[in-house]
Amino acid sequence: MTEPLLMLDDVRATLRLRGGHQTLLDGVSFEIHAGEALGLVGESGSGKSLTTRAITRMLDPAFRVSGEIAFDGTSVLAMNQAALRRYRSTDVGMIFQDPRAHVNPVHRVGDFLTEALVRERGVDRREAERRAVVLLDEVGVRNPEQRLRQYPHELSGGLLQRVMIASVLLAEPKLILADEPTTALDVTAQSDVMAILDEQRRARGLALLFITHDLELAAACCDRLAVMYAGEIVEQGAHVYHAPTHPYTVELLGARPSIDQRVDRLPVLRYDRETHELLKAEAS
Amino acid sequence: MNGAELIGTERIGTEPIVVANRLRKVFPGPTKDDPVIAVDEVSFELYPNECLAIVGESGSGKTTVARMLVGLETVTEGELTVRGDSRTKGVKNLADRRRWAREVQYVFQDPYSSLNGRQRIGDIVGTSVGLHVGAGVTRREVQDRALGILDSVGLGQSFAEKYPHQLSGGQRQRVAIARALAADPAVIVLDEAVAALDVSIQAQILNLLSDIRAERDVSYLFISHDLAVVNQISERMIVMEQGRVVDAGVTAELLADPQHPYTRSLRAAVPRPGWKPVRRERLAS
Ligand SMILES: Nc1ncnc2c1ncn2[C@@H]1O[C@H](COP(=O)(O)OP(=O)(O)OP(=O)(O)O)[C@@H](O)[C@H]1O
Ligand SMILES: Nc1ncnc2c1ncn2[C@@H]1O[C@H](COP(=O)(O)OP(=O)(O)OP(=O)(O)O)[C@@H](O)[C@H]1O
Ligand SMILES: [Mg+2]
Ligand SMILES: [Mg+2]
Repeated sequence: MTEPLLMLDDVRATLRLRGGHQTLLDGVSFEIHAGEALGLVGESGSGKSLTTRAITRMLDPAFRVSGEIAFDGTSVLAMNQAALRRYRSTDVGMIFQDPRAHVNPVHRVGDFLTEALVRERGVDRREAERRAVVLLDEVGVRNPEQRLRQYPHELSGGLLQRVMIASVLLAEPKLILADEPTTALDVTAQSDVMAILDEQRRARGLALLFITHDLELAAACCDRLAVMYAGEIVEQGAHVYHAPTHPYTVELLGARPSIDQRVDRLPVLRYDRETHELLKAEAS
Repeated sequence: MNGAELIGTERIGTEPIVVANRLRKVFPGPTKDDPVIAVDEVSFELYPNECLAIVGESGSGKTTVARMLVGLETVTEGELTVRGDSRTKGVKNLADRRRWAREVQYVFQDPYSSLNGRQRIGDIVGTSVGLHVGAGVTRREVQDRALGILDSVGLGQSFAEKYPHQLSGGQRQRVAIARALAADPAVIVLDEAVAALDVSIQAQILNLLSDIRAERDVSYLFISHDLAVVNQISERMIVMEQGRVVDAGVTAELLADPQHPYTRSLRAAVPRPGWKPVRRERLAS
């Protein structure tokens, strides 16, 4: 087996609080190979976004991180500033959960999209714009030329999310960390975006860490799934969707509302970390 | 089910709480001669104690409709009323703003930018509780109320002390929902409010929304692109495409047998076992 592109081994992130410590990532381990897609699912607040921030070393300085994170065999935690900068700008691309919090509101969409190509890669501005227009069109944005001249606040949530996706694809990284990249999109646009990510995986060996709440979507687009709960990966592998073994995953698969059927009350679940038991509870 | 009984009837004797009549919103485009028609002749009624869903493709104008309703955007043309009062002119002063906030609360699509980063979670929700309780209520009671509401969206006591940046995406979204609920308004506009939540928390919130409706009169304008969620929560829905309403009707009927091509394509693209993502056919241009 070849070396994984990304490897996390026993990663812990601890926050010092007034009365002690809080461990928010609790021994996270997984690997992603080139061209592979790993789906990361799990409950809200379980540590999925923190995991992506640990991978890019963008965690709040208040966190203490231990364990090993290696990209292409190089320790990320040991990188110096120059190496880290290169790693962030050319090796990994990040699609953030909350795009509006990650764009500069006074920069036009066109500048945002082309800036990195022009500055870091020396691509001619006109050429960079041409590529941006092609990609915007591919992710289903109508009138891409016009969009380049607009400001972020003039774009709807879903349009901005697709601008983010296009910007990451433009940089052609080896690994994309996609944190709920399609939550603001309707299902038809989601289908477009996922199909493009799929193509890129095959064509360029792009690796993908795909965070989502939609298990069906994760199963359709990823080779393996990892399930997170309270800072830990409780289960991972190719079997997770068809034959989950962990009680939390089993319940998760059954909890989704259906498009065909309306129920009186939806099932709510609680997994108890201490006893490893699932407590089925109704919202009060 | 109160709301369900109203479906399809003429609703004789019930006045709608929100009426939108041929609403239009035109934004100036990047250059002079290509204005953006974000909302084009949109009409709908929202009745007391019902949930009306708005679905539609990205950029179809859903959020713009919501922003006009809460006074964050002016109306270019058409009429928009809440309990018979026109909202077309936009908010003029602080008193207006407070009165509107008591009637209509808005859960923003991107909760991070809508929460004050310097306010603790407990205070964010507490301020909203203060909107509807009278002057006789103590600070303590307001706090307790805020904690109770946070708890009902699955955020325990420890969250009250935290700041928005210390929360996960889904936790922030729940703070935004808690803030809206705390004001106890007649209408809540929820813009993709459960999109960032895992199925279990999502279920908890959807159950909570229907419990509140069982206890007292509240109407939801529920913007979502998740048809399964829309099916669970709403009685009626409208479908928007490029600023226009292209389909409307009783949710269960529309979803069971979608007629409009866009509604059909939405249904077909819902991930399910065996589904694979495919690119839409693009128009040759
Ligand atoms: N800067 C921070 N300071 C303190 N706590 C934090 C900070 N960032 C995150 N947390 C906490 O860490 C936990 C994990 O957060 P994370 O954002 O990784 O969750 P998530 O799995 O991405 O959830 P969601 O699906 O809701 O986005 C949460 O309980 C959150 O409150
Ligand atoms: N301030 C603005 N200036 C110019 N155009 C705008 C402005 N706000 C919105 N628009 C445009 O109006 C259209 C409708 O946007 P809106 O945010 O209402 O869409 P939406 O249906 O909520 O989409 P999404 O599902 O992606 O959130 C889009 O084309 C958007 O770019
Ligand atoms: Mg997250
Ligand atoms: Mg919107």
